[in-house]
Amino acid sequence: MTHLTYIIAAYGVAVVVAGWFSVDAWVRMGRARRRLSAIDPRSHR
Amino acid sequence: MDTSTTLAPSSGSGRSLHRFANPGRFLRLSGKVLPFLATLGLGLTLIGLVWGLFFAPADWQQGDAVRIIYIHVPTAWLASSGYLGLAICSVFSLVWRHPLADLAAAEIGPVGAGATAICLATGSIWGKPMWGAWWVWDARLTSVLVLFFLYLGHIALVRAFDNPERGARAGAILALVGVVNLPIIKFSVDWWNTLHQPATITLTGSPTMYVGMLWPLLFSALGMSLGFVAIVVARTRAGVMERRIRGLLLARAQQEAGARSGVAA
Repeated sequence: MTHLTYIIAAYGVAVVVAGWFSVDAWVRMGRARRRLSAIDPRSHR
Repeated sequence: MDTSTTLAPSSGSGRSLHRFANPGRFLRLSGKVLPFLATLGLGLTLIGLVWGLFFAPADWQQGDAVRIIYIHVPTAWLASSGYLGLAICSVFSLVWRHPLADLAAAEIGPVGAGATAICLATGSIWGKPMWGAWWVWDARLTSVLVLFFLYLGHIALVRAFDNPERGARAGAILALVGVVNLPIIKFSVDWWNTLHQPATITLTGSPTMYVGMLWPLLFSALGMSLGFVAIVVARTRAGVMERRIRGLLLARAQQEAGARSGVAA
């Protein structure tokens, strides 16, 4: 495969950035859900 | 604060829009859709990228460096369409005061900036072996860089005010002004003599691309688009819940302050 270093660099950048956004979104959503269920009176009904 | 109760839509279309403005309804609906969006997006992206990396043919001129397009082209499409989504949310926010539009716009900004950053970085990595330079001040590259700065400006402006509504209003105006950059990006390769190649896939004509390369590109583009939407929906869900948490904590603090002042009197 020619230009392998460039290909690895391009795919690496994409995986790191997209992975960071995905993990951040899921962690933030889970944290908000836990916090809300702890303080929202409607969640205990 | 349940903002849905403060809204009084006047027209039929406004009423139907505000049916989906209820945060509780959005949380229920998005909770059901999100796992499918995320799974389908990840699956299609993986199929497209593995197909493009290992099974699609190399280009007779570019060699294997052409495999970078399976990331670069979808993220370029997402950078522009994400900004269009941001502008549509801004219209909903300014005209109809749609309470979820503000939140969605604030969450699209960082994800769109991320897609634009990937597009610029992968284009630069492709440009070095093909053009002999990491960067050229070509009309297409420069207009996409301007798009990246517009995203950054929107992110900064939305978070610059103590009052979130004022931040959302200022961000919406910036987003609408920045829309003028989208046709410049699209037609830059036709209007100016650019080093960047013209469009190989258009809505009106047949693609000037070998079908063995086209299919993995379409798979990765569809997968990444679904992934983009899934991330935005997940962030918006988190934003809705965080807003509700702030409202509850504020109400509790006001209640406690009222009780204290009552005891003191």
